[in-house]
Amino acid sequence: MIAVKETPDVFLSHFARLEEKLEREGNAWLHKVRTDAIGRFAELGFPTTRLEEWKYTNVAPISRIPFQAAEFRWDGLAEERLAELPLAHSAFSECCSRIVFINGHYSPQLSSPDLTERVVVGSLASAIKQNTRTVKEHLARYADYQHQAFVALNTAFLEDGAFVEIPRGVRTSAPIYILYVTTADEPIASHPRALIIAGAESQASIIEDYLALGEGSYFTNAVTEIVAGENSVVEHYKLQAESEAAFHVSTVQVSQARSSSFTSHSISFGGALARTDVNVALNGDGAECSLNGLYRAANAQHVDNHTVIDHIKPHCSSRELYKGILDGQSSAVFNGSIIVRKDAQKTDARQSNKNLLLSEGATINSKPQLEINADDVKCAHGTSIGHLDEDSVYYLRSRGIGLNEARAVLTYGFANDVLNRMKVDAVRVRLECALLARLSDGHAQVEES
Amino acid sequence: MLEVKNLHASVDTNEILRGVNLTVNAGEVHAIMGPNGSGKSTLAHILAGREGYRVTQGEVIYQGKDLLAMLPELRAREGVFLAFQYPVEIAGVSNMYFLRAALNAIRKHRGLDELDAMDFLKAVREKMKLLEMDETLMNRPVNEGFSGGEKKRNEILQMAVLEPKLAILDETDSGLDIDALRTVADGINRLRGPERAIILVTHYQRLLSYVVPDFVHVLSDGRIVRSGGKDLAFELEEKGYAWIEESAEPVKSGVSVR
Repeated sequence: MIAVKETPDVFLSHFARLEEKLEREGNAWLHKVRTDAIGRFAELGFPTTRLEEWKYTNVAPISRIPFQAAEFRWDGLAEERLAELPLAHSAFSECCSRIVFINGHYSPQLSSPDLTERVVVGSLASAIKQNTRTVKEHLARYADYQHQAFVALNTAFLEDGAFVEIPRGVRTSAPIYILYVTTADEPIASHPRALIIAGAESQASIIEDYLALGEGSYFTNAVTEIVAGENSVVEHYKLQAESEAAFHVSTVQVSQARSSSFTSHSISFGGALARTDVNVALNGDGAECSLNGLYRAANAQHVDNHTVIDHIKPHCSSRELYKGILDGQSSAVFNGSIIVRKDAQKTDARQSNKNLLLSEGATINSKPQLEINADDVKCAHGTSIGHLDEDSVYYLRSRGIGLNEARAVLTYGFANDVLNRMKVDAVRVRLECALLARLSDGHAQVEES
Repeated sequence: MLEVKNLHASVDTNEILRGVNLTVNAGEVHAIMGPNGSGKSTLAHILAGREGYRVTQGEVIYQGKDLLAMLPELRAREGVFLAFQYPVEIAGVSNMYFLRAALNAIRKHRGLDELDAMDFLKAVREKMKLLEMDETLMNRPVNEGFSGGEKKRNEILQMAVLEPKLAILDETDSGLDIDALRTVADGINRLRGPERAIILVTHYQRLLSYVVPDFVHVLSDGRIVRSGGKDLAFELEEKGYAWIEESAEPVKSGVSVR
């Protein structure tokens, strides 16, 4: 693969225009962050495959497409059109708050944040405008824009996104739903940003859902920062179902305080190229995290999941299970890094990556990385790559279940332990349907022959 | 219902079946006995449609149709059922989901409405009780973590729910204690009927005391070398398979029983 370092001119000119617009709103500290970030991005450029972290994912196509800056256009994107999206609307009615972003911009018309709970759910733009202490204290403090080019790019364009604050001791009764919709009719680039602050002793489930209304090409470059306070319990879902022509790069950066519990479910089904980084810093004693992942790719899709679990303090535990289903000529990358710092004694870390290849042409690069600097720790990891078990297929067929359905059922069975870890039923049901439906479509020709 | 005519089949270059002839009519129970490696399981799986066998000669006619030309799922939908000697474990798929998908595939083929989860459970509950199965087995992944006896009961449950026309039971009795054997045998006997044919593939005579066959065939070295009534099973038990192998008539390519 040839590594090309493109000059990110397009984004530099987007930035100049954004600066003009934002200068009037005057927010000195944020202005400095943005300027620093664009500076870093200009220096770093798009990552090339010469970088270890990007060895198997070539982002040159992103740098070559002259994406347009995503403007906020209210062109009557009706509730009905949104309702057509799989479960974006109806099944998430059980959520206490729903906020919607169109092409990266907050849509007050489509959002229905529940104000009865003491939780703050709304647009980051207005939180920035109010310039609260919380925003200043946390925004852009976790995701590393000094070294990560895409984080730098997102930070440079930090303007709008989701802001969630769960005050100390508050337990939300229903999940908070954040929907990012891209219209996908023009090649736009959007940089949605989310800041989620869970106070001490709080509890919440947050769903971030990336969807497209069309089939076109565009670029979503998202960053989510999550701060889990002492003894908090946070469950985060990232559902990525972009158009199959889209580019999706995102980072979920988590900082956990003492005795907090954080669970991530990262689902990646869409995109021509989808890269998701979930990075967790276990910054307090006795914190625990559980990272679950499910990625599925077909045709020529490329999906890349990187995770870093940083055991900084003692007595923390981490559990990680990522599963992949690959069909057609698709390719996937799993890179799971576990770092155990010198002081992080009694660390208990387990990681597993399992892959199911449904075709001859699909490929997976799976790379677990352990870096252990403490001596009293338990760390285990494993990777497996397999195919559908022929005996199982035959067993199902011998009971009258057709070949396509048998394959779909087995694939669903493969993914099921990831789904079973999800507490929000609506999400699990949507994914079950997606697995059972699309897989049986995808092999429609097989039974004919 | 079923006519196996001069069936020869190989795996790779090994000829496993070397001219099997067998006719089974509706309402009949046939036992196929034989030593290890005689081809019993191969015959059962060829009838169910497992891939990996090469039929080099002969044919199988099921209800007037060429069975070997049918996909395994179509055979099942047309009423063929094989209870596996080693039921397959399927991770992540509940027994309930699996059996309902199977039943609905078959019902659809027969032009019947598909059953929803409630109706399905109603239909299955009674049958589970008869087989002394714990209802929680429905919510567990198919055969995963099941004891040997639970797996065999699960096969009989599937048979009871799917109501096949031709049921082939491959060593369903192996590894069962006497109580489990009785329960399983009762399950099989309940399925006996004038519209249904049953083939019991077994190594031991034991099951045949509880499910009394109309015909017994001895398979040896890929051929049916002897056929008779239920007494043949007792004779075999007494004298052992060596007796058959010694006295086998080597000339004919099998014996046909009507």
